[in-house]
Amino acid sequence: MGDKIFTKQGWVESLRGLAGDYMVFVPVKEGDMYAFRHLDNDTKVAFDDYHNTRMSPKSIVYPQSERMFEYSLDKQDPDCNILKEVPKTFAPQAIVGIRPCDAHAFQISKRNFDTPEYRDPWWVQRYEATTLIGLGCNSPRSTCFCTAMGGGPFDEEGLDVLMFDMGETYLVRALTDKGEAFLGKLNGGRSADKTDREAALRLSDHVRDGMPDVVPVDPIRNKEIKDIFDASFWDDVAFACLNCGTCTFLCPACWCFDVQDEVYGREGDRIRNWDSCMFPLFTLHGSGHNPRAKKFQRVRQRFMHKFKYYVDKFDDGFQCTGCGRCVQFCPVNIDIRDVLRLMSDEPPVRLSA
Amino acid sequence: MIELTEKIRDIAKKLLKDGTVDVFIGYKKGSVPMMNEPVLIRNPDEADLLYWDSNCGLNLCNYLTGRTDRIGILATGCNSRSIVTHIIENQIRRDQLYIVGIPCTGMIDHRAVNRAVGHREITDITESDITFTVTGKGFQETFNKADYLQGNCKVCRHRNPVEYDEMIGEPVEEQKGIEPYSDVKNIEKMSCDDKNAFFRRLIDKCIRCYACRNACPLCYCPTCFVDESRPQWVGKSIDPTDTMTFHLLRAFHCAGRCTDCGACERVCPMGISMRQFTRKLNRDAEELFSWQAGLSLTERPPLDTYRSDDYNDFIK
Repeated sequence: MGDKIFTKQGWVESLRGLAGDYMVFVPVKEGDMYAFRHLDNDTKVAFDDYHNTRMSPKSIVYPQSERMFEYSLDKQDPDCNILKEVPKTFAPQAIVGIRPCDAHAFQISKRNFDTPEYRDPWWVQRYEATTLIGLGCNSPRSTCFCTAMGGGPFDEEGLDVLMFDMGETYLVRALTDKGEAFLGKLNGGRSADKTDREAALRLSDHVRDGMPDVVPVDPIRNKEIKDIFDASFWDDVAFACLNCGTCTFLCPACWCFDVQDEVYGREGDRIRNWDSCMFPLFTLHGSGHNPRAKKFQRVRQRFMHKFKYYVDKFDDGFQCTGCGRCVQFCPVNIDIRDVLRLMSDEPPVRLSA
Repeated sequence: MIELTEKIRDIAKKLLKDGTVDVFIGYKKGSVPMMNEPVLIRNPDEADLLYWDSNCGLNLCNYLTGRTDRIGILATGCNSRSIVTHIIENQIRRDQLYIVGIPCTGMIDHRAVNRAVGHREITDITESDITFTVTGKGFQETFNKADYLQGNCKVCRHRNPVEYDEMIGEPVEEQKGIEPYSDVKNIEKMSCDDKNAFFRRLIDKCIRCYACRNACPLCYCPTCFVDESRPQWVGKSIDPTDTMTFHLLRAFHCAGRCTDCGACERVCPMGISMRQFTRKLNRDAEELFSWQAGLSLTERPPLDTYRSDDYNDFIK
């Protein structure tokens, strides 16, 4: 299928027509922030004004809290103490308007949840049921650094469809079979011609060329783990850190979780919850020993994991997409770009005082 | 602001040079607008990193807990009150501290400013005495600072530090005619069901990141009750009952100790009006015990003392 052109209003109407085929998620404004929500007849879709959602759409595939199993503790129950998988549905869903950085993040998380040795059944099934319809970024923010992380404002990696915002219309391009299938179910639109395609190319080239290339990453790859691990700057980086979970919970590429049993009377659930390497409990051993008992150790872990351990293990990019959420919303302004510069032996850059 | 910044730098340099302190805690300019970062200065050469403007809303007292060295620390009214609270709760010794008091005219509510420019990206902010100007791609707007103060600063009655070794500049005039608890009164007027709904709505965005707790200088327990795993008191999912348990118990732990510095509210990544959990307790402390936290190094807080001749009504 070739590229198609939809008017902006026509696009949303066509999406509404998919109700029987897909659960469609779109960005909507809620108070001071944006979130992905189900598209229904009253939804005010925020494609035009949103930069990105406060929470990444990772929770659509990987909820913050998820019941995995349930069990009975009733001795009279023949199934007492037997874990049973909680029934789940994996109906087709589509995240429409996802930014390329967040789609890129699913490819990163896939390395954790879908490996030759282990396949996380719920992540994989939900991911496979999800079609990612990306919206290229016409106006990246100053905190965006996707190009330094191997992505880009119109990057196609991980997307099934890419939308170009052409002002009055969207140029919509299928990138995978899944994307073709999605567009095949949509009514309306017209075929894009050569002029449309050239305009889309000009737009994406123009935006990409304007992206700051401020974060050096190659030097980290070539350094010894120990040299970065033992560097003297970690104390300074960590000083202001609150050890809260803002960076990890807002991060589209952080995947760590904790498993908990919750019992109510004679029934129990086994739940998994997002966890954060910033929390002391994350590494607390049953013995009481904590290998990352100090704040700077936990702060170091986050950056080392994303930019050194991950790189050394997979030799393919970073565990960061440059979405800039942690830069914008770290309550104490620990700027991951500054930390990258320190890890690369470059002086950090601050706005002039 | 530049003037005050220069003074802070000079004082920090002097204190570090003459050995009065081992370290100095202040703020440095943030890498994004309206987000200054707490910083630890170890030697005089680094003192030029220090910075001061109306975006220094984190409570520096939070960085004192457990320190054993001699510390110079910048302190506004509410920060100094938290430091006093820290001292009387034996979290730091007075003689470890050299408190550099700074009169405060309030901190800018970054959310309100972002709202005022329609959430267009602000890339720079500059400040004069009573106004500030934000700049972004294709726009520049100037606002009166008084209209964009953080909620706690709007009702602040202690802009000047209450405890200090040295003061930067002249004390500022305290705000007159403040009605400090009108928000609490409005909630008190609600029916039980409406109150319940109000607080449920407050936390429905909570992601349990604990930024509020961790930004609070009062929250220094070695292990918070929500982090206890043997036994585990609170569930860790985002079940509303567990989330509410966290917020209510945290707030009650702050009763009679909170200085309404607003750090909890400022840091919340989901924009929750965190102060609503502690405001009623502050008001009760004031009405029942004539107590505002952190004003005195010699008086014990109401909840850790008992007086048989207590003149307040509740005991009669």
